[in-house]
Amino acid sequence: MQQLETLLREASDLAEGIVVPSSAEIEVERVMKICNACRYCEGFCAVFPAMTRRLEFNQADVHYLANLCHNCGACLHACQYAPPHEFAVNIPQAMAKVRGQTYSDFAWPSALGTLYRNNGLTVALALAVGLALFLAMALAKNGTLFHAPLAGDFYAIFPHNLLVSMFGPVFLFVAVALGLGVAKFWRGISAGEPSAVAIAETAQDVLKLKYLDGGHGQGCPNEDDANTLARRRFHHLTFYGFMLCFAATGVATIYHYAFGWEAPYALTSLPVLLGTLGGIGLLIGPTGLLWLNVRRNAQHGDAAQKPMDRGFIALLLLTSATGLALLAGRDTSAMALLLAVHLGAVMALFLTMPYGKFAHGIYRTAALLKWAIEKRMPNPVGVGSE
Amino acid sequence: MKQTSLGTPDVLVIGGGNAALCAALTAREAGASVLLLEAAPREWRGGNSSHTRNLRCMHDAPQDVLTDAYPEEEFWQDLKKVTGGRTNERLARLAIRESSRCRDWMRKHGVHFQPSLSGTLHLSRTNAFFMGGGKALVNAYYRSAEALGVRIRYEAPVDRLEVVDGEFRAAWIGQERIAARSCVLASGGFESNREWLREAWGQNADGEWPADNFAIRGTRFNRGVLLKAMMEAGADTIGDPSQSHCVAVDARAPLYDGGICTRIDCVSLGIVVNKHAQRFYDEGEDFWPKRYAIWGRLVAQQAGQVGYSVIDAKAIGRFMPPVFPGAKADTLEGLAHQLGLDALAFVRTVREYNAACRVGTFDHTVLDDCHTDGVTPAKTHWALPLDTPPYYGYALKPGITFTYLGLKVDERAAAYFADEPSGNLFVAGEMMAGNVLGQGYTAGVGMTIGTVFGRIAGTSAAAAAKNEGVEHAAA
Repeated sequence: MQQLETLLREASDLAEGIVVPSSAEIEVERVMKICNACRYCEGFCAVFPAMTRRLEFNQADVHYLANLCHNCGACLHACQYAPPHEFAVNIPQAMAKVRGQTYSDFAWPSALGTLYRNNGLTVALALAVGLALFLAMALAKNGTLFHAPLAGDFYAIFPHNLLVSMFGPVFLFVAVALGLGVAKFWRGISAGEPSAVAIAETAQDVLKLKYLDGGHGQGCPNEDDANTLARRRFHHLTFYGFMLCFAATGVATIYHYAFGWEAPYALTSLPVLLGTLGGIGLLIGPTGLLWLNVRRNAQHGDAAQKPMDRGFIALLLLTSATGLALLAGRDTSAMALLLAVHLGAVMALFLTMPYGKFAHGIYRTAALLKWAIEKRMPNPVGVGSE
Repeated sequence: MKQTSLGTPDVLVIGGGNAALCAALTAREAGASVLLLEAAPREWRGGNSSHTRNLRCMHDAPQDVLTDAYPEEEFWQDLKKVTGGRTNERLARLAIRESSRCRDWMRKHGVHFQPSLSGTLHLSRTNAFFMGGGKALVNAYYRSAEALGVRIRYEAPVDRLEVVDGEFRAAWIGQERIAARSCVLASGGFESNREWLREAWGQNADGEWPADNFAIRGTRFNRGVLLKAMMEAGADTIGDPSQSHCVAVDARAPLYDGGICTRIDCVSLGIVVNKHAQRFYDEGEDFWPKRYAIWGRLVAQQAGQVGYSVIDAKAIGRFMPPVFPGAKADTLEGLAHQLGLDALAFVRTVREYNAACRVGTFDHTVLDDCHTDGVTPAKTHWALPLDTPPYYGYALKPGITFTYLGLKVDERAAAYFADEPSGNLFVAGEMMAGNVLGQGYTAGVGMTIGTVFGRIAGTSAAAAAKNEGVEHAAA
């Protein structure tokens, strides 16, 4: 009955255009007010200095601060008000819950935002679709998945133009969906105009993962209150591995169109070198992140999002593992099979990008940019000066 | 009777906060085997240290997070002033000098420092802030202690000591006897012992027991058990037995561990009335950081041990945001109603105050010329009429930070019995802070005393254990 009343009230509020904060948002507002009266954690990251520029925390502030939080966990272990204290302050968890909500709320098209909720299923389905698609295509075209060695000629299995016509639109869709989502987020937090300095600082913060250094350079907690740089390093391997793979594809595209040099490329060629290096990074990085994720302190973050975290990690691992396997086996009769599996994994990775963990990088970058803009403006709250 | 396993430790440290950890780490570094007994369970370990945030440090030139200089003499004069001379100059100067030398050691054990927090600019010269606050420091020390092989037991509340002729023999937890060659006591004051607090504060003229209405800002585990045990064993004491550091906190503060965030920092920006809606002290006497510690006592002296800090919209944003939202109303009558005050009396008090305000140039950063004329008590600075709604009100009650009663020690942190130093029993932290801080307080000095005397006690205890070992071998 009470649930019904809540639903009815929410429905009428919605009809009247009143923004009803979620319980996750209300919790962030609650804990931020406690933190704002304490401020011991100011040195750890950007969240707390950003907090001190506010006395009230509206929905937009909550969205901004939640995405500014890197879930490093340092403030939880340092907190004199953390559970079992009756104030039960758990910033990493409160922020993570709102973060998960913002990914879903700001997703484009909004109907697909629900894909975040059962993200393990989303990832599994995308993978099944990707694999089925390429395996079926390979079978349909060749009648068998095994063939006489083709000296690594992928295009003998899937013609270049066919791949472009499949991955091109998907890539474009990913860019548009994430772009529209983050644009809506950006408008919501009314961030203002970024200066070149702010952009440069944000780029540094993102590329160096500044806020996983614990504020003192020794890293952040994982399973207990001890600091470790492992998360930052494995994340770097993942990110730069991904970028190298991306660069490999980019270089190959230039080779193809600008110079007419068609794949397969030699092992010592730039695309293969970049891809191999990236693939190794993308193998070690996500493996490490998965290891840390499994061992992570149960109080850090939102347990409900673990399937999303691990689903994304699994797809990254699958992409790199199948890519490296393909490279190793490209001269064998199993190339078609290896290629279809690799392309299926890549397709699943791309399809789920706007509806999975990948989005965290985009939203966090936007929040960091807002911080870089905001911190250069005079503090609207005069407390610090008196 | 159960003897503790793993053999008799050289040094037994009783307590689990900053001073205890400093003693344990130092004794271990000196080669002693160390057992540390923390009364609290692991999640509540660290005592009041978990609520601290900085260390007052002497320094003769700018250092990493400390600006300018804070020479020994200035530190000493500050200490002399806040204690009203109730301090032992020899021990105070020892603490001051050592405060300039301990930070590298702290860093070695995992403590990180950061510049002063927002809203604490006035401390940027004198106090080194712990990144993440005192609980981060406590965590770092426990990690370091574990790594160095200090044995740690939680939920190990020692209830009595075996002391013979001023020499420590063993500590008892119920039926368990824990012997050691030497011992460091660092188990805090008695502020969470309600009965003792009641006795210390007594009964007032209205028949109230004021201490019954106090919040304890820190740990619930500082029950003064060993302080009392030592007094009964004939140890010499120091510091005012009836006094405690007492701050005005939000009346909704939890009974224990409210820590820093329950402080109400808008007193100097408005007025404070008691439950009869009458003002009772000059709210603008001095800068708030210099006055916040007298307001606990002032409120404790009011009927019902309650006060109400009232401000108007002009004050918003000028003080540290309070942890709980205040009562808020567009009229003074409405505010009085929300605070449960007599509206007529409250409005009269505010009108009299408003009419008495002589507004000059308001400046909260200096002792400005806005004052009252013709009301008692006067408000001597920052007196602006309460005339801009909405009005806000916060109920205040006294919050106890720590007690001053302690055990007398010397430069080696040795406990004293009938003016004679013990050979193997040492004291550190709040339990002996009264030697340096007989009354009053200045930010970060508790951690200075705890760190310096913790390390001295650890060194002394390790040396005493070694001597005893030699004597035993010779015997």
